[in-house]
Amino acid sequence: MNSFSYVRVSDVESALREGGAAGSRFLGAGTNLLDLMKGGIERPQRLVDVTRLPLTAIEQLPDGGLRIGAMATNSDAANHPLVRTRYPLLSQALLAGASPQLRNMATVGGNLLQRTRCYYFYDSAFAQCNKRNPGSGCAALEGYNRIHAILGASDQCIAVHPSDMAVALAALDAVVRVRGPKGERAIPLGEFHRLPGDTPQRDTNLEHGELITAVELPASRFTKSTYLKIRDRASYAFALVSVAAALDMQGSTVRAARIALGGVAHKPWRAMQAEALLAGSALDTGLLRKAAAAAVEGAKPYRDNAFKVELARRAIVRAVQTAGGMA
Amino acid sequence: MDISKRRFMQSAAAAAAFGAVPHASAQTPVREAAQAAAGGEHVQPLTLNVNGRPYVLALEPRVTLLDALREYLGLTGTKKGCDRGQCGACTVLVNGRRINSCLSLAVAHAGDEIVTIEGLARAGKLHAVQAAFVEQDAFQCGYCTPGQICSAVGLLAEAAAGAASGASADVRDLRPLALSDAEVRERMSGNICRCGAYPNIVAAVKKAGGAA
Repeated sequence: MNSFSYVRVSDVESALREGGAAGSRFLGAGTNLLDLMKGGIERPQRLVDVTRLPLTAIEQLPDGGLRIGAMATNSDAANHPLVRTRYPLLSQALLAGASPQLRNMATVGGNLLQRTRCYYFYDSAFAQCNKRNPGSGCAALEGYNRIHAILGASDQCIAVHPSDMAVALAALDAVVRVRGPKGERAIPLGEFHRLPGDTPQRDTNLEHGELITAVELPASRFTKSTYLKIRDRASYAFALVSVAAALDMQGSTVRAARIALGGVAHKPWRAMQAEALLAGSALDTGLLRKAAAAAVEGAKPYRDNAFKVELARRAIVRAVQTAGGMA
Repeated sequence: MDISKRRFMQSAAAAAAFGAVPHASAQTPVREAAQAAAGGEHVQPLTLNVNGRPYVLALEPRVTLLDALREYLGLTGTKKGCDRGQCGACTVLVNGRRINSCLSLAVAHAGDEIVTIEGLARAGKLHAVQAAFVEQDAFQCGYCTPGQICSAVGLLAEAAAGAASGASADVRDLRPLALSDAEVRERMSGNICRCGAYPNIVAAVKKAGGAA
């Protein structure tokens, strides 16, 4: 690990002042950043520890929504009674991620900012990685690309975003609250992460010095939901494909559906076409298969990950069936 | 500060016995050893509270909690497996919660209450989880065991507080649940055992939790 200076801040103003300096990075729990620093992938000059900021509260909003402080741990968010009873999808997704030890450390804000687990990004022995070293190429394109993207990738980068939490947040129409040198702003979750395009080195639309202060959820009308995660082992592994499915039902008719996919793209992938197909109809398996096919229309697999297209289709069918009480 | 100084000397003696303090002779107090070893840039004074005792150190910020425990305090019960948050051998309890000490900076834990495997026994009596691991023969080579035991202590506290897991049938049900084999396996999944002692580890955790 490179040598760096460290400062702990206890209020947001100090955090913005310290974090805005060139070479500074905010340090949450460090479960991803320290790992990347050990591998020499990240080399910050100064870490600004924001874990003691008074941003840990999880509280109901006047409009019936929920605000989750950015420094709440993944464990605390997953286990808060309001999250478990009103947004069980989020609780399930959080509990599907990482290990209990990591969830006890990791913050909600940090979870959003974790970087891809693409092998070629992590291993600096590979010269080619546009995310690590812009302009160098993408070793995954011709390499072992079993875990890589099938949707929204570019010829610059085919990495996927690893978060489970963010997939649930995408389905739940969450908004990320941010403070920075230019003031405060709210970024819808769907616009928070980026597709790789020609700038895969940028994972998110956050600017340098901007601090995530909270994640807000609208009042939930999606009372039936499930998070389905498919991975290589039963626990403590990243998703090959995951599905966050949430339904607003009137009797047996779907009023509205929300479907987001993990493990398939550089950002949590909302399957809007599939959602539209389900809205206004009764849940039946034929329609579900049609919706699932629409979700992966235009998918572009690589040498080792063609299985993800069929896996995503089947996972969508299973997740929506489970959410709707059909399975 | 006299008490603290005596504690440095006790620690130094313990550490020296295991030969674990880098760049330090057996006579060197831990504090000086740490300063000598951490002669790089950005060295900061730091007090870590470990197993109820304060340790005054001067460390570079890049020293992880795991390395601080093992290399500077001589508390080598906590093990370094992967050093990348993938195996759980480094698990310790911070403010009562289990964490991976390898992915955490020591300097970030000023003011925290840290408990390691060395701090679980009370007055010569093993912690219930330690006793259950012995009784159920829940280890083979033993390298992952301190992490497994600290993790299980954290697990039992979480379960008693009603925490859900990925194995929970319905997270909306807030009642504390019985620790089934499936629940224990899911909740212990952050600790890898290369010997494959899992069946006995599950039995030990259930035993310590009063479920078997």
